[in-house]
Amino acid sequence: MHASPDRMSAQAARTRSVSARLRVISITSATMLMASCSEGVLDPHGPVGKAERVILYDSTAIMLAVIVPVIVLTLVFAWWFRARNRQARYRPDWEYSGRIEMIIWSIPALVVLFLGGIAWTGSHDLEPSVPLKETTAPLDIEVVSLDWRWLFIYPHEGIASLNRLVVPAGVPLRFRLTSTTVMNSFFVPQLGSQIYAMPNMVTQLNLKADEPGTFEGLSAMFSGDGFSDMRFDLVATEPEAFKDWVNATKAQGGVLDARTFEELSKPAKADGVQTYAQVSESLFDRISSGSTATVSPQRGQ
Amino acid sequence: MFGRLSWAAIPFDVPVVMIAAGSVGFIIFCVLALVTVKGWWPYLWREWITSVDHKRIGVMYIFLALLMLVRGFSDAMLMRSQLALAAGHAQGYLPPEHYDQIFSAHGTIMIFFVAMPFVVGLMNFVLPLQLGVRDVAFPVLNSVSFWLTAAGVLLVNVSLVVGEFARTGWLAYPPLSEIAYSPGVGVDYYLWSLQISGLGTLLSGINLLTTILKLRAPGMGYRQMPVFCWTALASNLLIVASFPILTATFAMLLLDRYCGFHFFTNELGGNPMMYVNLIWCWGHPEVYILILPAFGVFSEVVATFSGKPLFGRRSMIMATMVICVLSFLVWLHHFFTMGAGADVNAFFGIATMIIAVPTGVKIFNWLFTLYGGRVRFTVPVLWTIGFMVTFVIGGMTGVLMAIPPADFVLHNSLFLIAHFHNVAIGGVVFGVMAGISYWFPKAFGFTLNERLGKAVFWCWFFGFYLAFMPLYVLGLMGATRRMQHYSNTHWQPLMLVALAGAVLILLGIALTVVQIAVSIRQRERNRDLTGDPWNGRTLEWSIPSPPPAWNFSLLPQVDRPDAFWAMKQQRGIAQDRILKRTYQMIQVPRNNPTGFLLAFFAVLLGFSLIWRIWWGAGLGLLGAIVVCLMQAWRTDGETEVPAEKVAAYELLHGPKESPV
Amino acid sequence: MSAAEQTLAIDSEVPLSLAGPAPKRVVAGYGFWLFLLSDIIIFAALFAAYAVLSGESAGGPTAADLFDKRHVLIETACLLASSVTCGFGSLAVQSGDRNSTYFWMAITFILGVTFLSLEVSEFSHMLSIGAGPSRSAFLSAFFALVGTHGLHVTLGLCWLVVMLLQVATLGFQPMVSRRFFCFGLFWHALDIVWIGVFTIVYLGAHL
Repeated sequence: MHASPDRMSAQAARTRSVSARLRVISITSATMLMASCSEGVLDPHGPVGKAERVILYDSTAIMLAVIVPVIVLTLVFAWWFRARNRQARYRPDWEYSGRIEMIIWSIPALVVLFLGGIAWTGSHDLEPSVPLKETTAPLDIEVVSLDWRWLFIYPHEGIASLNRLVVPAGVPLRFRLTSTTVMNSFFVPQLGSQIYAMPNMVTQLNLKADEPGTFEGLSAMFSGDGFSDMRFDLVATEPEAFKDWVNATKAQGGVLDARTFEELSKPAKADGVQTYAQVSESLFDRISSGSTATVSPQRGQ
Repeated sequence: MFGRLSWAAIPFDVPVVMIAAGSVGFIIFCVLALVTVKGWWPYLWREWITSVDHKRIGVMYIFLALLMLVRGFSDAMLMRSQLALAAGHAQGYLPPEHYDQIFSAHGTIMIFFVAMPFVVGLMNFVLPLQLGVRDVAFPVLNSVSFWLTAAGVLLVNVSLVVGEFARTGWLAYPPLSEIAYSPGVGVDYYLWSLQISGLGTLLSGINLLTTILKLRAPGMGYRQMPVFCWTALASNLLIVASFPILTATFAMLLLDRYCGFHFFTNELGGNPMMYVNLIWCWGHPEVYILILPAFGVFSEVVATFSGKPLFGRRSMIMATMVICVLSFLVWLHHFFTMGAGADVNAFFGIATMIIAVPTGVKIFNWLFTLYGGRVRFTVPVLWTIGFMVTFVIGGMTGVLMAIPPADFVLHNSLFLIAHFHNVAIGGVVFGVMAGISYWFPKAFGFTLNERLGKAVFWCWFFGFYLAFMPLYVLGLMGATRRMQHYSNTHWQPLMLVALAGAVLILLGIALTVVQIAVSIRQRERNRDLTGDPWNGRTLEWSIPSPPPAWNFSLLPQVDRPDAFWAMKQQRGIAQDRILKRTYQMIQVPRNNPTGFLLAFFAVLLGFSLIWRIWWGAGLGLLGAIVVCLMQAWRTDGETEVPAEKVAAYELLHGPKESPV
Repeated sequence: MSAAEQTLAIDSEVPLSLAGPAPKRVVAGYGFWLFLLSDIIIFAALFAAYAVLSGESAGGPTAADLFDKRHVLIETACLLASSVTCGFGSLAVQSGDRNSTYFWMAITFILGVTFLSLEVSEFSHMLSIGAGPSRSAFLSAFFALVGTHGLHVTLGLCWLVVMLLQVATLGFQPMVSRRFFCFGLFWHALDIVWIGVFTIVYLGAHL
């Protein structure tokens, strides 16, 4: 409405700077993206994480094929049909086109159809509670989230570990999870899916580490003051080394019974690793059914 | 005597809080002193505080939202700077007990006390003007709604100084939010301030819905209604249908905390998962409540500044209503990782993706509105183009996370944070900023300074990308949300970039304040003398800026969409028709202190309940009842503006050749 | 004929949606309907919670142990009858008959109070035998759902008293008449909710 004389050149300059800045942005983001490829979710070391990474890449590619043209077209249309450009044809009454309508409903619908298929098959193939299709016998691990540490019980080996999860590589891991107090989420980004750990409830998760290594684990659900320290290492070892570790743990380490568990249940921030040579029978079942007498969890100021 | 309240509730030993509280207190004192010295109280009381005029109430909502934007953004700056520092063994300067309150307050304030008032304020101001009527359905209720929202704002901010805020995140999941694990008053502040403002929002939804459905100019059927009104219709339908769920769920949590009930506790059969379901049954429609009016703004802006009608109007409206209905069918995508099983997860994932279809259609329709137009690059248009480019990225990452196995590795990570800020800032904030700069001249009679407005846009645009693109990357690297510190030191550079982005946005907010101040100073230069500064298409541009209390001296007769544009085309015929119509007496609602007084007692009630001061709560309740009874017996709710006065106004202010 | 009906009669050719702003009576009723729908959604959430938690009696008293069908039947009869009398009262309001209004609304009030006192006696009995809301999740859900309905009935009765005072002091002006209409809607809606409560909670207990 209030035009200024040098508007056109100002706008031209602005558009040039916009495209320059867009170039800078895209190069920077590509670099950052590549940086993220060496850890975390885009660097999986297990079949679950690898399958999920494929889904991430494929879905992103499909969607980029739609939104990049949309972004380009937005900028092109806005620029070409700017008021000062008398070369562009002004069509003040053009407000409907059946053909265009059909296309613009179809494009998102097709994308959604495709991704919906991925969602359906992916949800079923990667359902956390479904055991992995492996021939090796799985290792059972029971996980209890405390305030603010992780307790890992090996029911068949009769041992337990606090704040560190040692597992054999190449063996499917069958997790059952619960919590003593509030909701947490068990997550090892480089192995794949996370699952909530909730009080009075048992959730299930199936993962596998393809090769030996140390992978970071965390809680992905905020649970209070000690949340940021609620980390653990998942150490995948050769199967032989795992057996040695189990034996070594049985040889030395404390007893995890109702009394020591009560001590563990008191609110405390994570402060190092601990192992237990003996674990009370069906301790996990009693925790997850809420029948262990957990200490009054009053978290004062 | 004072329940749990004692001097120990004030954190004298925490310098950050004391300094913040001191500065804010000082500023408030200065403002109040200035108002008193200048003798502005009668004006403020008469023209604003007790006003039931939808235009005034709309402006007050937006003013409140801008204030709270500063508060919520301060929380964001604290979070960004903490995370920029707390890498490796460093602990930063905010211990967890404070950091947890800060991120909880940030989310709560931004959603409930920034985004909602922005959107409700715009709808309040614009709807009656676009519908061609004189006010909303229930003007006094409108004032009540605003002041109840303000009451919620007050309570949340008081929690900074007296007591503490919730340390649970902005949705306060149990068992963490139960009395056993949050024994302090923080969660109570959260619950009561949201119950009070939630009531205001619900009443506002009923009010605006009745207005759209029952109060429109003659001849304005649903097919002739502007697209902004359609998106407002969908948004208010969602408010009326979803806010009661929030009220009920919070009531259950309050019963747990106050009366020992067991809805969500760990013992005696309580079920925390039920809270998660209920709260997201509200939570998902909530985000559509926020985005749909923003979509409406973009529709208006694109059409007006392209000089052509909105492309595909009918499919836009259909897409809007489809989004409205579908938004109730997707809530589980907020907790795919809770273990519902493959069939359930897949259903909700696919339902979530289906919403992307009408949303995509809208983007294309805006695109083709630009095509063949004469696009003027005003500030609202910049916000719109910025939105179109930015929102699609956020939509893409949303659809990505709608695939359950993808969500299994991205849930609750910084990738999620980046996604929802992408759509919230790129969608809601950009939309509100576009709406404010678009309708500002109508509200105040002069346009905002364009150059500063563009500077504000670029600061937000680049600030957003700098602040949140690193977060997408960090989320992929395994960084989770709500961390107070982290051990991977090579995340720190990305955190620093994010901090730089936040600083850029801070500059944008500061420039907004400057822009308003400068625009007020330059107002004579930028006066809107015709009421139609943008060559608009809808009815609000057919009346003077600012409009009289009664909006339209003569209710317009409508027969097609873009009614004002049609009137302008048929100038001669319309003028003939006007000369044959005579002005009549108009009834205008009188000022009413009910809203303000109810909010006063609501604050008393809320504060007393929080601190278990039972006599104070009783007093608050009693006061509220008395105010309601006084309103019930008020028989002089309206005043009459005689026809001569209307005619005199039109002679002075009405455009000489305008059809209305 | 009211003013609203007169306007409509004149312009019967023009569809309602194109007739311009609706008259106050229509607007008030419509807005109140929307409020009632939102209230019903609050009840829906409480019903959902009850459905989820109805089996969680944590070793304490269950629904089958606690609910007396006869007691509930009398409560239901009172409430449904009060809707009938409220209907007669509404007719009296519409025809501007003060005495009939007082009469029928007084009976409505008495029936409502009877309902409430029966409910209160049920609650206090349950509290006395240790079946209070803090005993189990099932009882929490029960007390919240039925209690919220009872709270609405209480508020309705207070509203009725206020309305009768308004008639006494202001007569049957349009404002008062509109509010009585809304009260009627409210009272009948509470009946509908009670049918839900009766069916799902009390009858459902013995299934």
